[in-house]
Amino acid sequence: MTMQQQVLPLKVVQPDDGHYRGDHLLVAEMVERGSKVLDVGCGDGDLLLLLESRGIDGRGIELSREGVNRCVAKGLAVVQGDADTDLVNYPDDAFDYVILSQTLQATRQPRVVLENLLRIGRRAIVSFPNFGFWRMRLQLLVGGHMPRTENLPATWYDTPNIHFCTIKDFVQLCDEINVKMERAVALDLYGRPLRLSAPWWFWNMFGEQGVFLLSRAEKGR
Amino acid sequence: MVNVQSVPSPAIHADERSQEADHPSSLVALFGTDQPLSLDCGIDLAPFQIAYQTYGELNADRSNAILVCHALTGDQHVANVHPVTGKPGWWETMVGPGRPLDTESYFIICANVIGGCMGSTGPASTNPATGKLWGLDFPIITIPDMVRAQAMLLDRLGIETLFCVVGGSMGGMQALQWTAAFPKRVFSTLAIACSTRHSAQNIAFHELGRQAVMADPDWHGGRYFEQGTHPHRGLGVARMAAHITYLSDAALHRKFGRRMQDRDLPTFSFDADFQVESYLRYQGSSFVERFDANSYLYLTRAMDYFDIAADHGGVLAQAFRGIQTRFCVVSFTSDWLFPTSESRALVHALNASSARVSFAEIETDRGHDAFLLDLPEFFDISRAFLQSGAKAHGLSRNGS
Repeated sequence: MTMQQQVLPLKVVQPDDGHYRGDHLLVAEMVERGSKVLDVGCGDGDLLLLLESRGIDGRGIELSREGVNRCVAKGLAVVQGDADTDLVNYPDDAFDYVILSQTLQATRQPRVVLENLLRIGRRAIVSFPNFGFWRMRLQLLVGGHMPRTENLPATWYDTPNIHFCTIKDFVQLCDEINVKMERAVALDLYGRPLRLSAPWWFWNMFGEQGVFLLSRAEKGR
Repeated sequence: MVNVQSVPSPAIHADERSQEADHPSSLVALFGTDQPLSLDCGIDLAPFQIAYQTYGELNADRSNAILVCHALTGDQHVANVHPVTGKPGWWETMVGPGRPLDTESYFIICANVIGGCMGSTGPASTNPATGKLWGLDFPIITIPDMVRAQAMLLDRLGIETLFCVVGGSMGGMQALQWTAAFPKRVFSTLAIACSTRHSAQNIAFHELGRQAVMADPDWHGGRYFEQGTHPHRGLGVARMAAHITYLSDAALHRKFGRRMQDRDLPTFSFDADFQVESYLRYQGSSFVERFDANSYLYLTRAMDYFDIAADHGGVLAQAFRGIQTRFCVVSFTSDWLFPTSESRALVHALNASSARVSFAEIETDRGHDAFLLDLPEFFDISRAFLQSGAKAHGLSRNGS
């Protein structure tokens, strides 16, 4: 794993910032003020509200009609759409950042989606549940059944998550499609960042989710 | 601004209807021969008049104006008693104090479209050159023509920028045309149950309606007013057919099923045995009392010709390139006249233009007409869109 050298330190996130989710605060911290952001799979719009409260021009795409309508009823600029099929409609460089928060594992073609994120946005922020988390491993190893956690409570037969991956898998994909990893952080079960100095295997084992700030690698690298 | 709250509600009479065309029970802006309306067909229309209504107060900055664009058979009487039918305004659920289009915060304007029959110049108006009604001598008008006329009205009212332009169905077409033609004059656009172009199926339904009107011997080649007749039957059939397209299979089934009208057994005749027949007949006959048949021909034609992309090299996104206007697009699941796919095509084009757009599809079985009905989810979305826009536009509550 040669990617570790690219991992930059991250400012300390206030974990006790009221009602916002830890991973949302972390993502919001990665976005520069005044930039234009597309949140793909924006759910009920909690992250977009947080971004807008920080002077960021946020837009959203959400698959579920209920989610979209709740977002629009909050005054957010959200459209109904599918990350797998609708990102192609956006022009190149339309956004400063494109965010894919806890959605990558639910797309049909994660690689194509990731490539689209970095075509539409100059940077992408991707967070996903780490399937290499020790509790996942333990449930499979000892329990002998597909893992279920507080954050991923669905059973194997009704889960929307069809492409689980580990932090290690994701880093490899980024390497393969020539994506530069500007920042990376693993969060524990409570949304708190793990030690920055920890090695990748430690993150892959003890990170409940990974959050990555990505950009296009320069040509020829 | 004069606030016309209510007008007397006389018994419906053909004379009342034709009276409204030249002397409407609303505000009127007159445009003389020095201010012609340049129509897409190449004719300069002058003089002409625009009949309109306003609700609420225009603020000192003139920044809180919302233009409501009405649908095919609507008019400027959005939120007051209709002068011909005596019924409540067509969008009182949406416009009024505390409603999504809050008259305590915004200054609401609605104008009868050019080509209409409620006081804006149209085929039912008197042609000043001949002293007779225009009839089919009236030039063919388009959605862009309607919008140009509204822009002249706003110039007259001293309103440069609209806080929002709102419309459903044909009104939505006008709202989109407004935004494409005058992007700098429109801060936000709420386009409901509409499309950027009229589909082949919709043109087909309109042609059916027009043929029904023209097949009525009382139509007299469009000069029925000189014969003292009105093509009631033809226009009634046109309205019945159109009305079916405004509803849905599920809504009709829920409302009427196969229930009989005031009888238990079929009469074995062509009488209106079924409730749904009786309902449609009522819709047809009540419509002809308030609407001019020629006007119906002109306005359906205007919708048929509508195609924003065609005016921009066939590329819809080109119409909205670099646009700063905030959009909210709303569709309804059971609307088969302007199905969600049409709204989605618009949203894709707006995304390609990097426009700020919200798009909500509301689940309902009530078909196209849902936008005129009491749907709390739709109201919540409209209200939130306007409120977040008001914040961004620097409007505080009560429009100051």
